[in-house]
Amino acid sequence: MALEDLCHFRDIFQEDITTERFSINLLHFYIPEVEYLDESPIQFAFPLPTNLPFTSSQTVPLPFPMAHGTTTLAFMFQGGVLAAADTRSSCSGLVACPASQKILPIHSHLVGTTSGTSADCMLWKRILARELRLYQLRHSRRLSTRGAAKLLSHMLHPFKGTELCVAATLCGWDGGELEDECHDHEESAGTTKTQKPDLGMTVGPSQGSSFTPQDSSRKARLSGPRLFYVCSDGTRLEGMLFSVGSGSPYAYSILDQGVRWGLTVEEATSVAREAVYRATHRDAYSGNFVDVFHITSKGWTRRKREDLKEEYYREKERQRLERKTQHDILRANTSIYSQCLAMPS
Amino acid sequence: MEYLIGIQGPDFVLVAADNVAASSIIQMKHDYDKMFKLSEKILLLCVGEAGDTVQFAEYIQKNVQLYKMRNGYELSPTAAANFTRKNLADYLRSRTPYHVNLLLAGYDEAEGPGLFYMDYLSSLAKAPFAAHGYGAFLTLSILDRYYRPDLSRDDAVDLLKKCVEELSKRFILNLPSFTVRLIDKDGIHDMEKLTLSGEMSGFWFWF
Repeated sequence: MALEDLCHFRDIFQEDITTERFSINLLHFYIPEVEYLDESPIQFAFPLPTNLPFTSSQTVPLPFPMAHGTTTLAFMFQGGVLAAADTRSSCSGLVACPASQKILPIHSHLVGTTSGTSADCMLWKRILARELRLYQLRHSRRLSTRGAAKLLSHMLHPFKGTELCVAATLCGWDGGELEDECHDHEESAGTTKTQKPDLGMTVGPSQGSSFTPQDSSRKARLSGPRLFYVCSDGTRLEGMLFSVGSGSPYAYSILDQGVRWGLTVEEATSVAREAVYRATHRDAYSGNFVDVFHITSKGWTRRKREDLKEEYYREKERQRLERKTQHDILRANTSIYSQCLAMPS
Repeated sequence: MEYLIGIQGPDFVLVAADNVAASSIIQMKHDYDKMFKLSEKILLLCVGEAGDTVQFAEYIQKNVQLYKMRNGYELSPTAAANFTRKNLADYLRSRTPYHVNLLLAGYDEAEGPGLFYMDYLSSLAKAPFAAHGYGAFLTLSILDRYYRPDLSRDDAVDLLKKCVEELSKRFILNLPSFTVRLIDKDGIHDMEKLTLSGEMSGFWFWF
């Protein structure tokens, strides 16, 4: 790699990572190496079938079959970003934990929903939180959500083809901390859309800062709500609405009908709750409670966890009452009708 | 599931790609751009396995920019295509091959327009027209029948529309819209997105 030669990247990576854990080298962050997966702590007699296409890395038999059942969703609207998820952790047919937390805060203005293997998600969220905190300390500003998504995607890339499964949506609010001019080009280098690089822009902090008057508008564009989907298979997408997990098709159908930019916070919360509720109703691997997080320029706030079992009974009660009133109306109509018939003409 | 097409004229190259980013049966994004700008007059269209596309295309993109920084001039499309193919070939027999199918389209002052077809086995062919994806089976014969080397720009867009209509008629999957770009001596021009007529495809551009 040409860039690798320029940055002497390979020299750094060949040092023994475990002894250099306290190195202050900027490029030297500790991530678990892929090789650790070759040593499985529990050896079972049966090998699991691995029919993953296009992979040539060795996969290790899992100690027990892991399932990726969940429903998580996130969308942007005029009031910020809303994230919602169920709370059931399943493990091949049994509910391992009915009250797990699938939306993990990463820092005050960034929240990530997790789907896939719970342990992997939790670990990588913590690693991401650590790296973002280090970035903030080193550069005295928060890394943007786009940068965080790219960082997570690149950290997960060495594990592609292994059993690691993390599908996260990063919901954050950028901006509000651009104090210095000299940080702008780092922001632009981090947030330049990869499909259309602006070759006129400088790349990297060593280049001089030659800013045009449109920087202030770029600053305004760079702040605000952001939503990214990052998956361990390498997918990284920016969007306004994502739903991830085994229950996501059911959630998508509710969200596609109900979500608009102009929703109020209450309306958005109710659409998100409804989407998770419907998905948990149909999907066996989602259920129990629903968590809702709301991210605004002031940070994230969390709604009280709700039991969807109560929601189900409330809906049944509403339907029962509706049927009862319809039945009463029908009876009243037929009795009037029969009275009219009985009256002498 | 994904579709790329390129048509070369006497002094331009027209390329189009669909806009769907899918994950198993769900369309996660309806306005995803599969074209990567390598330089002022070179575009790389990239489809294939989920993470490999972006990783590989960004790697090529940054290295082409690095070449320009180091040497002061840009790579020609032929050189960029051969560089890309070489990287694909190097990774092909490694532990982590890149499963990507590419079209590289560019305009060079000396050589004129060029369209290069590359696939995941690192084959490279300069072609007057090319397509990737299942949609290619349906549209290559249309290109065979109607393509002429002295196509005008409007003719090329009409030919592209014929291909897209055939896809909407016979292709089992729904590809509602296509990004279209044209490269000529003045650089890369964005053209109007091709959408299926009569459908509510405009509604989905919100998300």
